Amino acid sequence: MKVRHEFCSIAPVLDRLCPMHAVLDRHGQVVHAGPTLVKVLPDQVVVGQTVFDLFKIRRPLCDGSMLALLRLSGSKLHLSMRAPPHTDLKGVLVPLHGPQPENGCGHAVLNLSLGISVQEAVRDFSLTSGDFAVTDPTVEMLYLIEAKSAAMDASRKLNQRLQGAKVAAEEQAFTDTLTGLKNRRALDAILARLIANEQDFALLQIDLDYFKAVNDGLGHAAGDHVLQVVAAAMVDETRKVDTVARTGGDEFVIILTGVTDAAKVGDIAARLIARIKRPVTFQGQPCQISASIGAALTCDYDVPLVSRLIEDADHALYAAKHRGRGRYVVFNPRDGLD
Amino acid sequence: MHGLVNRAIERFVRDTYGRDTWLGIIGKLDLGFSEFEAMLIYEPQVTAQVLHATSDALQRPVDEVLEDIGTYLVSHPNTAAVRRLLRFSGETFEDFLHSLDDLPDRARLAVSDLTVPGLELADQSANVFCLNVYNPDGATVRFGPVVLGLLRAMADDYGALVFLEYLGRTDTCERLRIHLLASAHGKGRAFVLGAS
Repeated sequence: MKVRHEFCSIAPVLDRLCPMHAVLDRHGQVVHAGPTLVKVLPDQVVVGQTVFDLFKIRRPLCDGSMLALLRLSGSKLHLSMRAPPHTDLKGVLVPLHGPQPENGCGHAVLNLSLGISVQEAVRDFSLTSGDFAVTDPTVEMLYLIEAKSAAMDASRKLNQRLQGAKVAAEEQAFTDTLTGLKNRRALDAILARLIANEQDFALLQIDLDYFKAVNDGLGHAAGDHVLQVVAAAMVDETRKVDTVARTGGDEFVIILTGVTDAAKVGDIAARLIARIKRPVTFQGQPCQISASIGAALTCDYDVPLVSRLIEDADHALYAAKHRGRGRYVVFNPRDGLD
Repeated sequence: MHGLVNRAIERFVRDTYGRDTWLGIIGKLDLGFSEFEAMLIYEPQVTAQVLHATSDALQRPVDEVLEDIGTYLVSHPNTAAVRRLLRFSGETFEDFLHSLDDLPDRARLAVSDLTVPGLELADQSANVFCLNVYNPDGATVRFGPVVLGLLRAMADDYGALVFLEYLGRTDTCERLRIHLLASAHGKGRAFVLGAS
């Protein structure tokens, strides 16, 4: 459709300088559309439709009349396409004869931009750099987005690898390499956390009986094997939320999280002792050991302290050993040993 | 040298000659690692060491290896991001040539601590261009052959027919000549602004 008025002389200029524009007549009907605007409104005859048919003017509020739209001349308009994919647009309207909405609306130019939705829009409408004005930095912006994403991606991968290395290093530092149990450092951290969070738990000090005899009689390899079997048994007999740590050559500590019942602690201790008593064979040789256990429960103290708990559990362990091997004792702070 | 440069050599060897070839090269250098991190900075001499070890292992001159790396960066699917970023520079190969001067700035916009050679294009006639490649101070790699390989691949990408010459070098500058025989010789590869 040819435009037969004075504005057609500037159409080629507008097409070059702002290819995503529309020239509107006094009724808001499109009399000319820039080439990029035509491209982003495919399957539509743009010229002849009104600006309100093509776009929903979202902000500022506008009653849908050209008169109201002209009053918004020069302000930033937020629009969206009526047709899918309903792309959001930014725009500005400039009257061709100066703002005179009261005495009859003249022609106006509506210039549009893809704004922040530019990345999806170039994909949705297969735009090329030729669709943007030569002076428009949009293509540079797209370059920058892509360049930064690629660089960010590389940095993220590096971070992930470093994070993985850190976790592995920490894991090593908190793990007893022979048995895979937690070590003293890990135990201290867990105890400190439980006390700080005021969580109740039972602390079991476990000493293996006759372990020295196995180590001296059958060698270190046998001793190591026994320690691994015992460690696996302890993990097996406790819950996932509990902590099993090896704190010395044949010394272990178990933390039973949330346990406040001395009888229950006794049951678990008895079960552990029975399990550890089972003979282990190493290269055809039976290795017979047992375990002594001393326990203390945080719920027995008004203000539980880690040092005090360990000390009392040690006392209980000493008492258990004193009563013969393969025994357990639960410490009671009110009347001494149970 | 920026890890991206070392990583480019590594990816080139691994994607073209296989992982074992790469492990053979990097193993001999005894650096204590077998992969470069793209986003870390390495001692400048490491790049030269890797490059010479690669040239020895492939039994090809260093300049040939560098030129192949340039071509690889544009044409291999694993480095598609590089090709895309370069294509943002212009709609035609000639556009692209005229925007080469901006390349160091473009590279810096992407990765602020990446130093790439300064480029200066001079028109000798309508279809003949001279390109000066200024190697960064302290660079242990000459970028001229890399640029040559890269231009060859980019011409292909745009579908342009070119004849390229390496004219020679001084201490800091390498000189290339580009004869643009036909700007729309072949179909070239498609480029859309929106990455899929």
